[in-house]
Amino acid sequence: MRFIDEYRDAGKARRLAAQIRELCEPGRQYTFMEVCGGHTHTIYKHGLEDYLPEAVTLVHGPGCPVCVIPMGRVDDAIAIARQPGVIMTSFGDMMRVPGGQGSFLDAKAAGADIRMVYSPLDALKIARTNPDRTVVFMAIGFETTAPSTAMTVLRAAAEGLANFFVFCNHVTIIPAIKAILDSPDQRLDGFIGPGHVSTVIGCRPYEFIASGYGKPLVCAGFEPLDVLQSVHMLLRQLAEGRAEVENQYTRVVPWEGNRKALEVISQVMEVRPYFEWRGLGFISQSALRMREAYAAHDAERLFEVPGVRVADPKACQCGEVLKGVLKPWECKVFGTACTPETPIGTCMVSSEGACAAYYNFGRFTRQRIKETSTT
Amino acid sequence: MTAEHTAEWVERAIAQAEPGSAHPSRELQVLERIERARRRKPKVREELITLAHGAGGKATRTLVEAVFLEAFRNPVLESLDDGAALDVNGSRMVFTTDSFVVSPLFFPGGDIGDLAVNGTVNDLAVCGARPLYLSAAFILEEGFPVADLRRITDSMAAAAARAGVHVVTGDTKVVQRGKGDGCYVTTAGVGVLDRKITLGPSTVRPGDAVIVSGPIGEHGITIMIARGELDIAADVTSDTASIHDLVATLLDTAPVRMLRDATRGGVATVLNEIAEAAQLAIMVDEPAIPIRPVVNGACELLGLDPLYVACEGRFVAVVDGAHAEAAVDALRRHPLGEAAAIVGTVEADPAGLVLLKTVFGGTRIVDVLVGDPLPRIC
Amino acid sequence: MCLGIPGEIIELLPGQTDLATVDVVGVRRAIHIGLLGEEGVRPGDWVLVHVGFAMSKIDEAEAAATLALLTGLGAAYTDELDALAESDIT
Repeated sequence: MRFIDEYRDAGKARRLAAQIRELCEPGRQYTFMEVCGGHTHTIYKHGLEDYLPEAVTLVHGPGCPVCVIPMGRVDDAIAIARQPGVIMTSFGDMMRVPGGQGSFLDAKAAGADIRMVYSPLDALKIARTNPDRTVVFMAIGFETTAPSTAMTVLRAAAEGLANFFVFCNHVTIIPAIKAILDSPDQRLDGFIGPGHVSTVIGCRPYEFIASGYGKPLVCAGFEPLDVLQSVHMLLRQLAEGRAEVENQYTRVVPWEGNRKALEVISQVMEVRPYFEWRGLGFISQSALRMREAYAAHDAERLFEVPGVRVADPKACQCGEVLKGVLKPWECKVFGTACTPETPIGTCMVSSEGACAAYYNFGRFTRQRIKETSTT
Repeated sequence: MTAEHTAEWVERAIAQAEPGSAHPSRELQVLERIERARRRKPKVREELITLAHGAGGKATRTLVEAVFLEAFRNPVLESLDDGAALDVNGSRMVFTTDSFVVSPLFFPGGDIGDLAVNGTVNDLAVCGARPLYLSAAFILEEGFPVADLRRITDSMAAAAARAGVHVVTGDTKVVQRGKGDGCYVTTAGVGVLDRKITLGPSTVRPGDAVIVSGPIGEHGITIMIARGELDIAADVTSDTASIHDLVATLLDTAPVRMLRDATRGGVATVLNEIAEAAQLAIMVDEPAIPIRPVVNGACELLGLDPLYVACEGRFVAVVDGAHAEAAVDALRRHPLGEAAAIVGTVEADPAGLVLLKTVFGGTRIVDVLVGDPLPRIC
Repeated sequence: MCLGIPGEIIELLPGQTDLATVDVVGVRRAIHIGLLGEEGVRPGDWVLVHVGFAMSKIDEAEAAATLALLTGLGAAYTDELDALAESDIT
């Protein structure tokens, strides 16, 4: 596949890995956060950590939209889905995410009409073909996905589709990164920046990370060579004593972002004063809601959303794991109360979450520890 | 599980947790604890059946072991094989059954009728049996067009003729409109074990080779596209086929340890079943896996892993490593096995795991999914 | 967090504002191209597709430059080092 296969080349990876080792200062440990769950996925899918020296640790950040949705919002969405006449539409990712009262899949089993869609446009199509039903789109995602939702709302408004509604859960990445940077115990050396969010917001919004916090950020693509090259770029900045925002993903990300997409977002949505993030708590100005002008398509206004608040269990230490303070296995409930089948915290919810990944792949680590200890 | 339940669980777990220390050996302890948890008797936690219970992954396995195996436990059932090997008056038979629920009923490359015959024939074939007789039971929905039923039975008759089996008994029930999906078909089959061979996980040895009989994931992607919900189009057809002849070719050429039909859950799930049952490791070489570009493209677009996408005419075989090349040569001369390939090897450690050496040159674990592979956007 | 896949624009759908057919190795789907702004797209252009929307036009010159850089990185290293690296990761 063009623009994919050429960035999965093992030969180039080996050479890049050798360069990465060269750049590591002896005795120094480097901790980088890949902000985006898509990068976490790339890292596991391709076994990328095999190419990294011991000195480099990657910490999986908060950029997984389904992981950070608070349980109460899932419960609210299910409450909407249970209303008579409602068709709830959702991306496949959301289907298994548990709220306090189960997941979409559970609600579907109990009789709610919940359908999976690939695009918000498909939800719109369902609204068109079911004029006597109320079709709600469970909107999740960061700035990459928000313009698609906004554009779909504009289309619904233009077509006068009065039965199409959005339950808006879009979040924004910058406040989350700032929350992590502001936590006193974080020990990050740099960031692998979210490439696809950056197609929309561009690279400028990250500049405070370099100028205000002195940490480098490299905006990265999603193929394994992209990620490896970004690690290389981060290490080179550190070796040269620089902290800058750099763009590795130039083939897709324009430095200035996508002005049209940003305009569409701000036409339809506005920033919420605060929003709860699973594992990170309330973060101010970190999410979007529908503007008054589009109230006619806002599920939050149409339905009396219960506004359930389900506190993250006290024992859950996802916040610390997300900030890179704790390794997944150091959490008190990891592997006992909290497993992929019965997740408690955000990091265990999605297969991309740090804890779920470690739970599933840790057996491999164990094998390695045993091998090292016996040889 | 309700919120209160979750809270209780957490309290209990904290009470049990050892006093926390960051000692390196604690990581091993935690991992050992996970292993113990994995070995615990499966328990169905849900109060209602969800679609995940039918997906062929962990949820299905749990349901089968916790409900069906508990209720019907006997030595034959316990092997949880594709079919049951039975001694009947001195002859060795294999008996199997399978239900077919597919939407849409007709799709590129086949229909529910082909699936119902091929699926049961294949279950017999991978047990090493020569398929003989099938039963067919139909659950029809009020209002279902007779013309569609004829189309389905015509496909079944043609598939049975190709496989050399006869449908010798059957049943029909009709349910009220809205209570069924048009047509469900259940087939059962018997076959005879002519060959003096023993197939099964206990025969698998380190050094054996793992063979996949053809390109993977085509049935699953075809169905996903044919449903129309994803609004995508691609030139891909279901791989549904009876593989008994291809299996016979393999059994004639090489010492075969075990065979599995890669249906729901895809090749990844089958490989895990083999590794788990044999308590050996399987190391898979990603570049060697046969897969058509269009299936790869659909998987990339939808965020799916083709290793978990269903096939309906492919098997996974473990064969003696020394005879693997010859086996693949023989399979490739068969029209259904043109893309057969050695995709991996059996190793001693780490027992029970499937590892994948990726195109990129890294290594990762290939685990079993909880439920269906769902398209994802993130 | 956001799955984005490169696809080639095959045709702009006649009579449909902002819709185009995109091809991802033989898989085709109508996608919305209204987020690309004035620059627009033509058949033969490659775009990044996310949830049925074209998010960005892929810059072929930049893609080639990244690959050239990746090829260049470590090109001075001998095959010997290559082999050493390989033995490390297996």
